[in-house]
Amino acid sequence: MKTLKNSLLIALLAVTTQLQAQSNAGLKLPEGFKATLFADSIGSARHIAITTNGVLFAKLMYPNKAGKSIIRLEDKNNDGVADNISGWGKYGGTGIFVKGKSLYATSNTGVFLYQLNDKDEVIDSLAPKTIVKGLIDRKQHESKSITLDGQGNIYVNIGAYSNACQEKDRSPGSKGMMPCPILDSAGGIWKFDGNKENQVYGDGKRYATGLRNVVGLDWNSKTNSLFVTQHGRDQLNSFYPTLYTDAQNAELPAETMYEIKEGDNAGWPYVYFDPYQKKKIVSPEYGGDGKKEGGEDAINPAVFFPAHMAPNALLFYTGNLFPEKYKNGAFIAFHGSWNRAPLPQEGFFVAFVPFKNGKPSGDWEIFANGFSGLNGDDKVKNPRNAKARPCGLAQGPDGALYVSDDSKGAIFKISYSK
Amino acid sequence: MFLKQWIILCFSIFVFTISVHAQDIVKGKKIYETRCLVCHQSDGGGVPNMNAPLDGSSNVVGNNIGRLVKIIKEGYSEKIALDGYYYSNVMTPNPDFKDADIANVLSYIRTSWSNKATKITVAQVQASKRKK
Repeated sequence: MKTLKNSLLIALLAVTTQLQAQSNAGLKLPEGFKATLFADSIGSARHIAITTNGVLFAKLMYPNKAGKSIIRLEDKNNDGVADNISGWGKYGGTGIFVKGKSLYATSNTGVFLYQLNDKDEVIDSLAPKTIVKGLIDRKQHESKSITLDGQGNIYVNIGAYSNACQEKDRSPGSKGMMPCPILDSAGGIWKFDGNKENQVYGDGKRYATGLRNVVGLDWNSKTNSLFVTQHGRDQLNSFYPTLYTDAQNAELPAETMYEIKEGDNAGWPYVYFDPYQKKKIVSPEYGGDGKKEGGEDAINPAVFFPAHMAPNALLFYTGNLFPEKYKNGAFIAFHGSWNRAPLPQEGFFVAFVPFKNGKPSGDWEIFANGFSGLNGDDKVKNPRNAKARPCGLAQGPDGALYVSDDSKGAIFKISYSK
Repeated sequence: MFLKQWIILCFSIFVFTISVHAQDIVKGKKIYETRCLVCHQSDGGGVPNMNAPLDGSSNVVGNNIGRLVKIIKEGYSEKIALDGYYYSNVMTPNPDFKDADIANVLSYIRTSWSNKATKITVAQVQASKRKK
């Protein structure tokens, strides 16, 4: 009898643990927030976008096992889990953006425009309009992220195919090129007409420069301006071991968020932002010593974060579901680091920065954490061991926040109830 | 008497071989930690989509030693397809590596983590260079 009682207790305990393990899909969230695993294993889900009907589209870095690279997900019975999943497209990419019935998606060289019907199903999956083509893809920082303003203009990140614009990229002792020739066609944000077909570099405008690689960007409708998050440079210690220790490299330079006005220069490759000195410091490839200031003509970040965490998505929250403090603030999806090694990797989380009157109004904080372990150990030595890596963000019509993961292909839905 | 000497000789050779073996790996590990680990990571797993893994890599445990030697020495800047995934980051060249350094680090990465390939000798490194 006693044995039976014990067995029952153990069974009950196991069930409870199981339930706890599944609560919030393994994520750690602030009080009142809840998460569901909206979808799993859909492929390398980079950026995501949601229509006003709540249909979610994910852009995959590579076509998935079914050979599709744009995935449509719908939650028909509204239980927080997608129950109608389909897809199309054969090209990999990162960017996706929806405006009304216009769905924009990017390859690593161009931007395509699809039309949706009244059920938000794609009409022209095989024959999209080519909006922009011929953009540079030289392997490194090749993904193209996009956002639109309220005027029908599209902003495209073209990442620099280099770490620090050295004569020979990532080679010890190789000097920085002056001026950096990469900046004529990459290392910045380009602006194009969102409706005109077959645009090339000459039809667009270099809207901002000196940005090494922006993966996260969003148009802030309150300030009516573009905000971007930059991936800072790597390997200060590897190439300049006399100037930087492993421990210093793990914290340098800051990952940065900028508010961009047309014509702005954020300083890459000549300077980087040091989060401790809170200054723009001359890159060692350009004669810097870790202290010398530079970049007088370059803008300062609106917000800065710990090094190497890779801010892959930016979203200004305009919904009404979350508590007041989140309204108009910025969510940032951090992909997680690799260049902190030999120190443990960091930053597999979604952060939040409160904004007031269009300016950051407080310190950034971790909003959703636990992606790397999903109820297991969150400490990872290598990003490949992370169970999920936040990469894209989207806001649903009900105000819920969706987070995509490009390692295992999960989509998390985060909602709130008092 | 003769037999005893022979046994001692054999034993010495055996001990010598073991210690040389261990030295290769120790030296290779040291090079790995200072020059390779930052990108290929402590577990040899690389970084998804960026830096190719060494652990479990068909290239690393394969027989094309000349290719491995060339990549270590000269770096690599093509987008590489490996075991079904793509890696886009530029591999830093190591022009200062001597043949012995390359042999040691190759021996280390070919026998570490889940890799169980043969070690590489200096002679093999040199022979692979002559081949091209």
